[in-house]
Order: sequence, then structure tokens, then C-alpha cells
Amino acid sequence: MISMDKVTKQYDNGVTGIRDVTLEIQQGEFVYIVGPSGAGKSTFIKMLYHQLTPSSGDIKFNKFDFATMKPREVPMLRREMGIVFQDFKLLPRMTVFENVAYAMQVVEKEDDEIKPRVLQVLKEVGLEHKLRRFPSELSGGEQQRVAIARAIANKPTVLIADEPTGNLDPETSEGIMDILELINSQDTTVIMATHNRDVVNSRQHRVLEIAGGELVRDEEEGSYGIED
Amino acid sequence: MKISVIKRHLGDSLKSLRRNGWMTVAAVSAVTVTLLLVGIVMALLFNVNRVSHQVENDVNVRVSVDRSVTKKQKSKLRSELADLPSVTSVKYRSRSTELKSIISGYGQQWQMFKGDENPLNDVFLVKTKSPAATMKVAKKAGKLANVTEASYGGKTARKLFRYVNNMRNWGTGFAIMLLFVAIFLISNTIRITILSRQNEIAVMRLVGATNSYIRWPFLLEGAWTGLLGSIVPIVVVDVGYNLIYHSMSATQAANGFTFYPQMPFLLWMDLLLAGIGIVIGALGSVVSMRRFLKI
Repeated sequence: MISMDKVTKQYDNGVTGIRDVTLEIQQGEFVYIVGPSGAGKSTFIKMLYHQLTPSSGDIKFNKFDFATMKPREVPMLRREMGIVFQDFKLLPRMTVFENVAYAMQVVEKEDDEIKPRVLQVLKEVGLEHKLRRFPSELSGGEQQRVAIARAIANKPTVLIADEPTGNLDPETSEGIMDILELINSQDTTVIMATHNRDVVNSRQHRVLEIAGGELVRDEEEGSYGIED
Repeated sequence: MKISVIKRHLGDSLKSLRRNGWMTVAAVSAVTVTLLLVGIVMALLFNVNRVSHQVENDVNVRVSVDRSVTKKQKSKLRSELADLPSVTSVKYRSRSTELKSIISGYGQQWQMFKGDENPLNDVFLVKTKSPAATMKVAKKAGKLANVTEASYGGKTARKLFRYVNNMRNWGTGFAIMLLFVAIFLISNTIRITILSRQNEIAVMRLVGATNSYIRWPFLLEGAWTGLLGSIVPIVVVDVGYNLIYHSMSATQAANGFTFYPQMPFLLWMDLLLAGIGIVIGALGSVVSMRRFLKI
């Protein structure tokens, strides 16, 4: 499903984001990306949704080969992914309903298809009663649940989450993890960069550890394993 | 593009206009102030141009005919004048008609010159294709037989032509400059509103929106901003023009020039202002957001 072949990302200022990473992720997996701050987790995640492009090596995702992909194909790639961020990245001028619906509108789905699906995903994340609220009227946990609802609205094959619990308290984080595991149980691949030791240790899945830009550990059912 | 998508973009653009609150007010106000200036200057310029054309076209060559000529010689002279290059029309005015116009213009005391006392000559009023040709025609007409004098106002006319030409050139230059100022001001204001929304554009791209899908609502929003901003200038120009037109109607008649009648002039002005607003608003939006859409 996703393969990385000797991927290196070097920034213009000479700093290496990740170096020589080779791996494969299969459909339906739940993968944690762990590592200390500045290790290259965000670079890794951003390259998956083509926010950054590799300096060398190749990334393949389903039918997309990043090395040969044209700029106009990037939106099509992102439509097959759901992306969740630490700072939620909701559209502030849109209501909860509109934020989720937007992801379906951009793929030109009809309104009669959008409405029931949006209501369904908002129900799955427990926000069906806050349809008309604006993001600024929601708590952090609620905003993150809207972001997840938006990410899964188009039934993506992979959900990429960059520190989704980073801004949330432990109780709210647990709620978010429940939702991510539910999504994963429906055969959606989940790739999650995290600093949250408790989450990784309590809900064990495959762990990819990045340190100094290199992939130093790839462990099935692994633990956080990094000394603070 | 699907009809439903077009409808969605229209709806989104209106919604966004409403939700942007003060940013929308700021952008609309900038358009209003600029278009007000453009509207007033344009209305003024169009009319200055019209009046200057009328004044120019009113300059004829007056060819005075020798008093001793026969009817046959007069008609020969008429056709000789008509054959001169650049001449468009030749109109005959008898000396009694000439006197009548003097009496009506300068007063009854000129009545004493009626009949045999009339010192005036019969004249041909010769119109030319262009004001510049007037001088040449006058020169040639003066050399024809049975012509006592061919005048076109001499230095005064030349001065007038130069003045009118200058006014037209400066006016056009000023209008073009003003239009550039309008484009700069409007697109800059819209640019600021879009800069404040660059995060929004980034999020749209992350959920898989194509550039054209992102662009449309912004383009339409810019067009709405332009249209809304043109309402006040349209009303001010319409009301102001009507007032000025009516208050100056007596002056116009007395001086032999006329402004553009309100209809269809104001209709064209309204469409022009709305059009400038819409086009600059939409283009300003698209150009401003271009750099946020680079992959």
C-alpha cells in the first residue's frame, strides 16, 4: 500500500530531515511513528501526503508514484488520504457540518450524498449535536473529533495523523484513540506520529522509531521505548 | 463543471462575504471610494470630450462673396468650394439672414441696417472633415474668384484647437492613470483580505481541493465585492449627473453645446462602473491568491 525506498529529505539549509528510509506499510495496519522532537517524524508524515518531496529515493502509495507524479495529481492523492493535525486545521469560517462536508464537496459529491454521510461520521465521533457550531465554539477534543470526521468522510484508505493527541488532556486523548482504533478496525490504515508514551504503551501496534532522521526501529506490537 | 458545483460556489462566495464581516466592509469601502472617483472623472471627461468636439465642429470657414456677383457666378463658386479637398458641406446664407442673426444676437439697434443699408455680404459656411483642415480650406477658398474674404477665426481658432487637443490628451492620460490607481487600490485591499485567509487556503489544499475549486469562491467573492462597491458610486453619479444636467440646461442651450442626455449615458456609466468593479474585484482575488496555490 505504502512503500518507501531509500527516501532521504534534505532541506535547502542543509539540514537532513530523514535519511535513507526504506519500509512498507500494508492495508489495515496501525502504525505509530515515534521519536524525540526534531527526529524527523513530521518530515516523514509530510512526505506521505506530498507536502514535502524526497530529495532522493521514491515513495509509492497505491497507484501513485511520487517520483513521476504531476502537481495536478496531488489533490487526487490527498483525496485518498485522511489527514489529521495536532492543531486541527479546521476552516474557521465554516460550521462543524460545513467543515466535514467540504472534504466531500471538493471531490464533487452531490448534496444528497454528502448530508447523510456527514451526519453519519459526526455521529461516529459523537458530535452529531454540534452541527451548527463554529470551531471557535468547541473544545480542543471536539475540534480534533471534527478533524477526524472530516478525514474519514471520503472513506480514505489511509488516515495520517500528526500528533493528534498533542494538544489534548489524557482523558480526551483516550477518546480520540478510541475513534482512531474504530476507524482502523474498518480496514483503514492508520499512521500516527506521536509523543504520547501512554497511548503507545497501552494500545500496542507496530512502532517505527525515527532518531536523527534514520529509521532505527521497526517493531510489531512495540512499545514507546524512548527514554525522556 | 457541474451545475450543482457552480451553485455551491455561488452560495459559498455569498456566505463567505457575510462571514468575513469587517474584512468585507473594508474591501467594499475601498472599491466604493475608488469607483466614486473613477465615476465622477469619467462622467466629466466624456462630457468635456463631447463639448470640445461640438466646439471644434462649430468652427466653419466663412467665405464672403463679392456683392456684385451674379446668381450663376454664385452657384459656380458654391461648387468650386464643395470640390475643395476635405470639405464636407457648403451652406449658403444671404446677407439678410446674416443681419437677422446679428440682430437676434446683439440687439435691435442693428435694425437700422435693414434693406439697402445692409453692409454685409452673402456668405458660404464651409464645413471641413477635421478641424485641422479648416485653415487649409480657408487659404484655398480665399484665392477663388469672387471671394472677398475667407476666414476661420485665425489665431483664436488655432489656439482653441490646441487647447482642446491638450485637454483631451491630458484627460485621457488622467483617466488611464486613475484606472491604474483603481486596479492597484482594489486588488491591494482584496489581497489583504486573502492574506488573512492563507491558512484557510492551505487547509483546502490538504483536504484534496484542486486549485480551480479553491479559486472559484474567491473569484466570485471578489466579483461580489466589486459589485457591492459600485452601488454607491452608481447612485452618486446618477443623481449628481441629473442635478447638474438640469441646472445647466439653460447654459447649454445658450452656448450651443450639449452634455450627453441622461439616457442612455447614465446606463452606460452604471454598467461601466459595475463592470470595472466586478472585473477588478475578481481579477484582484485571483492574482492575490495565486502564490498560495503553488504546489
